[in-house]
Amino acid sequence: MDLYEYQARDLFAAHGVPVLDAVVADTPEQAAEAASKLEGSVVVVKAQVKAGGRGKAGGVKLAKSPEEAAERAKDILALTIKDLPVRRVMVTQGADIAEEYYFSVLLDRANRTYLAMASREGGMEIEELAVERPEALARIPVDAITGIDAAKAQEIVDAAGFAEDVKPQIIEVIQKLWTVFKSEDATLVEVNPLIKSGDGKIIALDGKVSLDENAGFRHPGHEELADKAAADPLEAKAKEKNLNYVKLDGNVGIIGNGAGLVMSTLDVVAYAGENFGGSKPANFLDIGGGASAEVMANGLEIILSDPQVKSVFVNVFGGITACDAVANGIVQAFALLESRGEAVTRPLVVRLDGNNAELGRKILTDAKLAGLEQVDTMDGAASRAAELAAKGA
Amino acid sequence: MAIFIDENSKVIVQGLTGSEGKKHAQLMLKSGTQIVGGVNPRKAGTTVEFEGGVSVPVFGSVAEAIKETGADVSVIFVPAAFTKAAAYEAIDAGIPLAVVITEGVPVHDTADFYQHAVNSGTTRLIGPNCPGLISPGKSNVGIIPASITGAGPIGLVSKSGTLTYQMMYELRDIGFSSGVGIGGDPVIGTTHIDALAAFEADPDTKAIVMIGEIGGDAEERAAAYIKEHVTKPVVGYVAGFTAPEGKTMGHAGAIVSGSSGTAQAKKEALEAAGVKVGKTPSETAQLMREIVSAL
Repeated sequence: MDLYEYQARDLFAAHGVPVLDAVVADTPEQAAEAASKLEGSVVVVKAQVKAGGRGKAGGVKLAKSPEEAAERAKDILALTIKDLPVRRVMVTQGADIAEEYYFSVLLDRANRTYLAMASREGGMEIEELAVERPEALARIPVDAITGIDAAKAQEIVDAAGFAEDVKPQIIEVIQKLWTVFKSEDATLVEVNPLIKSGDGKIIALDGKVSLDENAGFRHPGHEELADKAAADPLEAKAKEKNLNYVKLDGNVGIIGNGAGLVMSTLDVVAYAGENFGGSKPANFLDIGGGASAEVMANGLEIILSDPQVKSVFVNVFGGITACDAVANGIVQAFALLESRGEAVTRPLVVRLDGNNAELGRKILTDAKLAGLEQVDTMDGAASRAAELAAKGA
Repeated sequence: MAIFIDENSKVIVQGLTGSEGKKHAQLMLKSGTQIVGGVNPRKAGTTVEFEGGVSVPVFGSVAEAIKETGADVSVIFVPAAFTKAAAYEAIDAGIPLAVVITEGVPVHDTADFYQHAVNSGTTRLIGPNCPGLISPGKSNVGIIPASITGAGPIGLVSKSGTLTYQMMYELRDIGFSSGVGIGGDPVIGTTHIDALAAFEADPDTKAIVMIGEIGGDAEERAAAYIKEHVTKPVVGYVAGFTAPEGKTMGHAGAIVSGSSGTAQAKKEALEAAGVKVGKTPSETAQLMREIVSAL
C-alpha cells in the first residue's frame, strides 16, 4: 500500500524524523485556514497524489497569504495528474533550502535483503540520476537482521560523500528513517529531497512510503491509511467479501483458483480474443483453494455487476479441493444468486480439470444450468468465452 | 534420485495439531511421506491419530523431534503471525530443509528468517507462501495433490501452486522426478536457480520445466544461469502478460513496476538462453512432450 505524502510525513514525525509543519485541506477555504495557522511568511500548497512529477504538472505552488493559498489550492484541486484527480492538498511551511539530498531504504527482492540509497544530489527524479550519473548514487546493502545501526549509517553517509558538517545530523536522521521502515513494516521509505536548510538543519521535505499489507495484523492503524475514495467501487466491494479481485477493462469475466493460474487465464483469454474481435479479460479474481458455493456466488455477483462483462470464464484446476466440490459450488451459486434476485443471464464457460474432473463435469451436465457450457481444455474454454463475449457485445 | 526430498526423508510438521496441519499431514501420509512427528510445546507427549491406525508423536520442540526421530525435513503450517518464530526454531535446531507453506507472512519477517537460514549454513528454506514439493512415489512435503501425477524424468520448478498442478497433470503420463513450488512472495528461500542447479545435478532428471510470473527479476537471472550452467533441455512458461502495471495479482510478488519484471522481458530473456517458452500452459506441456520423446 502506497501512502500519500502527508501520511508519510505524519509517520516520519511520529518517529522523530525532522519535518516541516503541515496541514491537509480538501477545499480552498481549508487551505486558507491552514495557511493562517502556519508560521512564516510563505507557505507551499502541494497536491496529494500518488504520482511523481507533481511540480512539473503544476501541483506544487508557493503562496504568500491565506488568500493566495486558497487561490492556489483552488487551481490544484482542479488538476488531474497522471490520470489521478487531486482531491486533497497539503499546506506546509515554506522551506529555506540550501542543499538538496536523497535517501531511501527499500526491499531488495533480487538480493533478498534491504538496500539503502543516498546521494548528495537530491530533488530530481532519482531514476534519471541512477541512469545518467550512477556514481552519484551510493547503494549500500543492509542486512535484514542487523539493519541500519550507527556504523551502517556512517557507511552510507561516507559512501554518498556528504560534507563532514552535515554527516552527524544525517546519520541521526537515517537511523530514524530506518526505524520508520522497520517498525512500520514498510517496503519503501524514500525522502526526496532531504534538505539542508539555510540555518543548517536537515529536514525531510517530501516522503514516499509503501507499507506491507501482509503485516496489517500487527498495525491496526494502517487500515485507516487505505484510500477508500480512490479505490474502484467493484474492487472495494470485493474486498469487503474477502475476494482477491482486480478490475480490468475487458469483456470476459474471469474466475479461477490460484493466483498463477488466474494470471495465466487472463493471458490465454487475451490470446484467444485476438481471433474474436479483441475480447479481453474484464478482471482478475482468485477464489483460492476452497471454492465453496458462497465464495463462488460472491465472485459471480461481483463479476456480473460489471456491465462490460459479456461472458464469464470459470477456470478451475481441482487439487486438494476436488472438481465435484467445485461443481456443486457452481450449482449452488446459481441458486443463491437467483434467490438474491440476480439470476445469471450472461453465458458462462466452465473448464474443470484435475482431481475428480469427470465427476464434476457430470454434476454440471446433469444440473442443466441455463447459459452454462463446459469445455474440457483451458485453451478451448478461453476461446469459447472470448467468442461468446464478442457475440454479446 | 530426486531433488531435496526422497523416500528416506523424515518429515516433521510444525503446526501438526492445527486444522490445516492435520488435514495435510493426512494427505502427505497417504502419498507415502514418512511423517515422524509434530511440534507443539503445549501438546508435547501426546499423539495425533490418522487413518489406517497411524499414530504420530507430538514433541515440545523441533530440536527434541530431531533428537528423537532423526527428522531432516520440517514443514511449517503455523499462522503468519507465528511463522518467523517457527522458522527460527527449525533453523536453530539445525534442520536441513524447512518448507514454509504459510501465506501472508510479512516480508520483514521473511527477510529476517531467510538471512538467519543463510547465516546458519545448515538450513535450506523453501517458501514461504508455497505449495511445497513432491518427489512422486517417494515423498510429498506440503499441499501438492499427489494424485495428479506420477514419477518420471521431468523436473519442475514454479512460483505458482495451481500452475504447478496444471503442468504436472498435463504431463502425468511422462511423470516427474521432483516438482518444487518455490512460492510467489517477494522474498523466498529457494529460487529458480537453486532448483535448476539441483535438477542439473540429479541423474534421474532428463528435462526441466520452469514456470515464472511477472515481478522481480528471478526469471531473468535464471535465464542467465541456464545459459552458463544447465545442459539439460529447459522449457519455460511465464504468466502475467496482460497484468496491468502497479497492480498486485494475488501473489505479493506479482506486481510490475516500470519496464523490468514484465512477462515479455522474462520470455525474451529465457528464449535468449535457449529455453523454449510456451504461450499457454498446454503449449508449454506440448513443448516438453516433444523434447522428452526425442530424448
